[in-house]
Amino acid sequence: MLETTWFVLWGVLWAVYFMLDGFDLGLGILKPFLARNEEEHRIVMNTMGPFWDGNEVWLLTAGGATFAAFPGTYAVMFSALYTPLMLLLFALILRGISYEFREKEDVGWWRKTWDTSHFVGSLLPALLLGVAFANIFAGIPIDREGIFHGNLLTLLNPYGLAGGVFFVLLFSVHGALWLANKAEGALRERAQHTIRVLWIALTIVAVAFLAFTWFATSLWQNLLARPFLLLLPAVAVAGLLGTRLFVARRELWKAWFASCATIVGSTLFGVAGLYPALLPSSLDPSYSRTAFNTQSSPLTLSIMLGVALVMVPVVIAYQSWVYYRFKDPVTVKSLALEDLY
Amino acid sequence: MDVVSLSRLQFAVATYFHFLFVPLTLGLSILVAIMETIYVRNGDEDYKRAAKFWGKLFVINFAIGIVTGITLEFQFGTNWSRYSAFVGDVFGSLLAIEATVAFFLESTFIAVWVFGWKKLSPKAHVSCIWLVALASNMSAFWILTANAWMQHPVGYTIRNGRAELTDFMAVVTQKFAILEFIHTIGGAYILAGFFVVGISAWHLLRKNEVQLFQKSFRVALAFALVFSIFEILQGHMNAEILGTTQPAKLAAMESHWETGRGVALNLIQWPDAANERNSIQAMPIPRLLSLLGFYDPNAEIRGLREFPPDERPPVLPSFLSFRAMVGLGFFFVAVTAWAWFRRERIMNSPVLLKILVWSIPLPYIACQLGWTLAEVGRQPWIVYGVMKTTDAVSPIAATQVGLSLIAFILVYGLLGAADFYLLFKYARKGPVPILAPAAAGREVIHA
Ligand code: HDD
Ligand code: HEM
Ligand code: HEM
Repeated sequence: MLETTWFVLWGVLWAVYFMLDGFDLGLGILKPFLARNEEEHRIVMNTMGPFWDGNEVWLLTAGGATFAAFPGTYAVMFSALYTPLMLLLFALILRGISYEFREKEDVGWWRKTWDTSHFVGSLLPALLLGVAFANIFAGIPIDREGIFHGNLLTLLNPYGLAGGVFFVLLFSVHGALWLANKAEGALRERAQHTIRVLWIALTIVAVAFLAFTWFATSLWQNLLARPFLLLLPAVAVAGLLGTRLFVARRELWKAWFASCATIVGSTLFGVAGLYPALLPSSLDPSYSRTAFNTQSSPLTLSIMLGVALVMVPVVIAYQSWVYYRFKDPVTVKSLALEDLY
Repeated sequence: MDVVSLSRLQFAVATYFHFLFVPLTLGLSILVAIMETIYVRNGDEDYKRAAKFWGKLFVINFAIGIVTGITLEFQFGTNWSRYSAFVGDVFGSLLAIEATVAFFLESTFIAVWVFGWKKLSPKAHVSCIWLVALASNMSAFWILTANAWMQHPVGYTIRNGRAELTDFMAVVTQKFAILEFIHTIGGAYILAGFFVVGISAWHLLRKNEVQLFQKSFRVALAFALVFSIFEILQGHMNAEILGTTQPAKLAAMESHWETGRGVALNLIQWPDAANERNSIQAMPIPRLLSLLGFYDPNAEIRGLREFPPDERPPVLPSFLSFRAMVGLGFFFVAVTAWAWFRRERIMNSPVLLKILVWSIPLPYIACQLGWTLAEVGRQPWIVYGVMKTTDAVSPIAATQVGLSLIAFILVYGLLGAADFYLLFKYARKGPVPILAPAAAGREVIHA
């Protein structure tokens, strides 16, 4: 029971991370195409400014929870995925620094440098996380000792790449929706136009990815064994349709929340399909890292559950407060009001 | 090089670099919070401008602290997977708790603080920086508890081929963890104090914003003085506990070879590890080491020869880092005390001001030396007495680690250069000037 509870929590932490940092990453990917001048660049950055760091901590927590609850999985997963993980970390470094450094020097090449690293630092994580999760869904070649028999190219198989493209599009739409809510005027119009175009691409890729999942993984079989779990892909699909519907009706916040549902639904669909494995082995199912062969002791799991049940609601409460405090659109005028610099 | 050496080097590069930025975060958050609180209480605009000025430097420094921390958290899995699987039951939970109780809090509220000057009431705004200060110091507590467990493991049992938690409270309340925490944040506060004092001194030498920088100088000098004295008295406890918890480290940092009673402390000494002796040894103070270690002039202190050669830490780095750290500790007390006595006449003490400017890097060095002693002195163990570093490494290819190590050095080198450049630039630039009355008037008309 404790193991299953932690398995669910593990999935939820990843889902929340994708839902929140998803819009930062997506907007980082789109910024070079949406922002046409210096002012717009600053507006786009500032729509994420108060949030991105708090969002990124969900990734740390998801990683930390893997370590604490399933140390045997943490050890194998992160060492097997060594190279993609290092690339992810360096990308996140570049992204985080760009927020801080970009404005600190009024020189063209300086800004260009940080704009570029912000773009790379947003695109690469979206892509790598998609590739990594698709590979986890399909299983990776790890042996009994947890040694990985492959290299970066093993992971860049067609299904893995499809996962990467899916994540990039998913996050891009999510980010454009955020901007459509948080900007005004031409920028908002451009964001809405982008959503309409990308939504079509996203829908095509999503359908293809789901179909591919049928052949490349055993997620569906797992879900069909417990039919109530089919609710999860249903939520994802409803979210996707809802996004387009609300955009057409210009109800942009509702559209953003619908997009959240798509992200959470798809993530939990994958995670539920994996159960009880956290990291399936493609060599032999008995080598898979699961919630029942890599978990921590009952004592540790209980203590951590206590911490999570108290702290996560507290975190959600104050982060919601911050989102609420900073809900107003960012405009040229509000930029001028910023006081620190 | 093999995977073990490369991984050790990579971990060392990543942590030393992380710890260039961490202590300033720990201390400066408190100093900014104090300054802003003074402003909120008595409305002195100088303190508001000071809080903004130091806050800007804080944020530039903070950014790198964050991004370099993330890589550390994941490196246990990437490079030390056998270690992670072996100790995760105890160790992983400490990292996870750190993220949930501390990182969320500080990452969320630092942003509110930066973006909230006009959106929040002054009281709510100053609470944000206090929350950041609280959270960053809490994060230090959890990570240092994790580190202390590797230094002195307690509250666990070996079961199912790994270390399993048996007593959580024993882990978080053990004396080693408390001492490590107090000593590390003490060092961090000294560092932040010297940072503010030194930069203020630079501006005072140039008669720039004299009022504002005199105020900053006062606050930070008191802070640095108190914690410099504290650190010397308290650091002794960290050394003393090693006598029972890590005798090999104690012997290495004192370069003490022969087990004996009533051991003297040599003021001048140079280790010769190859021949298991000291090549230079002079000015002994009889029985001092025994006295300091066990409060008993005749106590027995175990020497390095008693440990098998493959269980001795590297002697020279342990010895030198300890001596240099202690020397710097005494220097910090001396300069801060001198400055305190001259605080009323500080504008007439250019030599002292110059010394204070040039002292800014010294606490950085002291902190790095402290970690060198703590971590190198723990070798060859990754978990003292339980697991050797060579058994802890991931089963991965050396080329992978080699490439990531090169990437670390390049990326961190560039980022570090850019960050220090910005710190210098904004430190020199000084606070934003008060609007001239005419300009201020114009703004009112427009509004
Ligand atoms: C929670 C754990 C933890 C914490 C807080 C620290 N370290 Fe550490 N350190 C390790 C956990 C660790 C480790 C994973 O256990 C390593 C890797 C190899 C080893 O033996 O210990 C290590 C090795 C290691 C080494 C290499 C020693 C050697 O291989 O000879 C250095 C120089 C440092 N660390 C320096 C630091 C610094 C400057 C820190 C301050 C932030 C620090 N460590 C905090
Ligand atoms: C190997 C050891 C360490 C790991 C795994 C680690 C982990 C981290 C992580 C993940 C962050 C980023 C948090 C964020 O995104 O908000 C961070 C930042 C930070 N860490 Fe470390 N850290 C280590 C060593 C230390 C030590 C020894 C201290 C203090 C004594 C410390 C104190 C801090 C502080 C104050 C920050 C500032 C930024 C922040 O917390 O957000 N860390 N660390
Ligand atoms: C006379 C003064 C001092 C003494 C006797 C002393 C003693 C020690 C000892 C014995 C350790 C090793 C602890 C261990 O390995 O478990 C240590 C570590 C350390 N010292 Fe000092 N120290 C002194 C001054 C300072 C100063 C002035 C600073 C910084 C400004 C500093 C920063 C550190 C740090 C960051 C560590 C590593 C963390 C830890 O293990 O606690 N120390 N110190």
